[in-house]
Amino acid sequence: MRCANGLIDQFWAQTRNGITLGAIYAMIAIGYTMVYGVLQLINFAHSEVFMVATVVSLYAFRDWYGVTEPLTGGTLLLVLLITLIPAMIASGLTAVAIERLAYRPLRRRRAPRLSFLISAIGASLSIQYLFNLMDGNHSLLFIPLPNVLGAAPQEIPDVVSSKPLFSIFGTPWNGQQLLVIAVAVLMMIILDLLVRRTKLGRGIRAVAQDPETASLMGVSIDRIIVVTFLIGGAMAGAAGVLYSVRFHFTQWNIGFLPGIKAFTAAVLGGIGNIRGAMLGGLLLGMVEAYGVACTAPQWADVISFGVLVAVLMFRPTGILGERGVA
Amino acid sequence: MTEVVLEVENLHVRYGGIEAVKGISLAVGEGEIVTLIGGNGAGKTTTLKTISGVKRPESGQIRFRGQPIQSKAAHEIVALGVCQVPEGRKIFPRMTVYENLEMGAYGRRDGAGFDEDFERVFALFPVLKERSEQPGGTLSGGEQQMLAIGRGLMSRPRLLMLDEPSLGLAPLLVERIYELLREIHRQGTTILLVEQNAHMALNLADRGYVLESGTIALEDRADALLGNDAVRRAYLGEE
Repeated sequence: MRCANGLIDQFWAQTRNGITLGAIYAMIAIGYTMVYGVLQLINFAHSEVFMVATVVSLYAFRDWYGVTEPLTGGTLLLVLLITLIPAMIASGLTAVAIERLAYRPLRRRRAPRLSFLISAIGASLSIQYLFNLMDGNHSLLFIPLPNVLGAAPQEIPDVVSSKPLFSIFGTPWNGQQLLVIAVAVLMMIILDLLVRRTKLGRGIRAVAQDPETASLMGVSIDRIIVVTFLIGGAMAGAAGVLYSVRFHFTQWNIGFLPGIKAFTAAVLGGIGNIRGAMLGGLLLGMVEAYGVACTAPQWADVISFGVLVAVLMFRPTGILGERGVA
Repeated sequence: MTEVVLEVENLHVRYGGIEAVKGISLAVGEGEIVTLIGGNGAGKTTTLKTISGVKRPESGQIRFRGQPIQSKAAHEIVALGVCQVPEGRKIFPRMTVYENLEMGAYGRRDGAGFDEDFERVFALFPVLKERSEQPGGTLSGGEQQMLAIGRGLMSRPRLLMLDEPSLGLAPLLVERIYELLREIHRQGTTILLVEQNAHMALNLADRGYVLESGTIALEDRADALLGNDAVRRAYLGEE
C-alpha cells in the first residue's frame, strides 16, 4: 500500500526527478555505446571521464569565475558556455588518453577480450586514486603531485538558482532541472545529426558495421576510434557539468555510480545503439525515480541494478537491439 | 603488355601458422583484365587482401605504378586508386543504398567529380537509383553485388579488384554482372578479377593466372588457358 500511495503522492515530482537524472545518464551512456559500437569493448574507465568534468566545473565555478551566488541571464549563459567547453575538451582528451594507454597497445597485439576489461578496470582505479592523492601532500616517483582534488568531497557553488520557477501539476521546477534537460536535449540532437548526416558519422557507422570493409572504402579505423572516444568523452564531459550544476559537489570517486548506471542505461537501450542509449538513460532515470517513490530513497541503487540484471536475463539485446547504430 | 600498373613479386603471406601464399608473382598492365582462378584455399582471396592492405605480407614486394605499397594501410592504398570489391559483397546493411555509395567515395578529397560519378554508377545500375533510400541489407543478392561494384567505382579506382563477383548468384545474374564488368572495363578501368567460376572469368579476361595451394601453377593468355587440357579438366568441369 505504501508503494501505491507513494507513487500517487510523488508522481509528478518523481517524473521531474527521473527526467533530469535520466538526461544525465543518457549523455554518459552515449560514450559507452559508441565505443562498444566500434570496438565491442565496455570502457569501464568512462566513469572517470565524467569525473574529470566535475572537477573542471569545480574550478571553473569556484575559482576561475568566483561564483558566490546564483547567476542569471547573459552572465549565466556565458559562464556555462565557458565551463562546458573546457570540461568537454578535458573529458574528451581523457577518453583519448585512456584509449592510447589502456586499449591501443592491447589492440596492436590482438589481446583477448578479457584483457581489455581488466585494463579498463585498472585505468578506472588508477585515475580515481590519482585524483584522491592529488591533495598537495603526495608524490609520484618523487615528483610532488599538485593539489587538485584530494580525498575529501568538495563543494561546488550554485550557479543556477534552486528557487522554483513554475509548477506543473503542483510540482515546482527550478532552473537547474530545466537547464539539465535543455542542454542534454540540445547535445543529443547535435550528436544524432552528426552521426546520421555527416561524413564523419558515416565513417563511425561503417566501422561499427564492418571494420574491414570500412578500411577498404578508405576509412582510417584508428582515426575513427580516436574520434569516437573523443565524442563520447565530450558528451560525458557535458554531463559532468550538468551534474555539478544539479548536485553541487565532487569527489574522486563521484563517477562510479553514475558511470555504472549509465552503462546499465546503455545495455537497457541496446548496447552499440546510440538512440538506444538516449532512451535507456531516460527510462532508467524514470524507473529509479518511481521506484524511490514506491519504496524509499536508499533503494535507488538496488532498483537500477535490479534493472540491469533483469535486462541481461530477459532481453540481453536491450529495447532497441544491439549495434543498430545506423 | 602496356605500362604495368600492379606488380607483385615473390609474395608470401601467413595466416597464423599456415602459409596461405607461397611466393606469388604477377603483373597487371594498364587497361587489362587479368584473372586469378583456382579452387578453394588456393590463396586467391589472401592475395587480393594483401594487395589492398587488409592483410600484411610476410615478405615480398607489391608495387602500384612503381610505388611500393606492401607496408601501407588499407585506407592509404584506396587513396592511391586501388579498390577491392570484397567477397560476399559486404554491403553496409543498415546504411541506405545512397549512403553505401557515399562510403565508396569516402577517401576522396575532390568534391567536384562526385555528382558525375553518382550519375555514372546510376547509369550502369539503374536499379540502385530506384532503391537509393532503401537500407542496403534489404536488396537481393544480385542487387547487392551491383551495389558493391558501384560502391567500388565511387572511389574512381585506377585498378578495380573484384573477389568472386559471381558467388551465390543465379546464372542469368552472373551473365548480367559480367556484361557490366565488360562495360566498366570499356569505360577505361583496369580490372583484377578473382573467380572460382573459371569459365566466366577466362571468357572476360585478357590473361589469367591459375593458383594452386598458394603458388602459381600456370599463367597464359585467357584464350590459351580456356583451351588448356589441364585447366579444362580441373576448373572447367570437362573430361
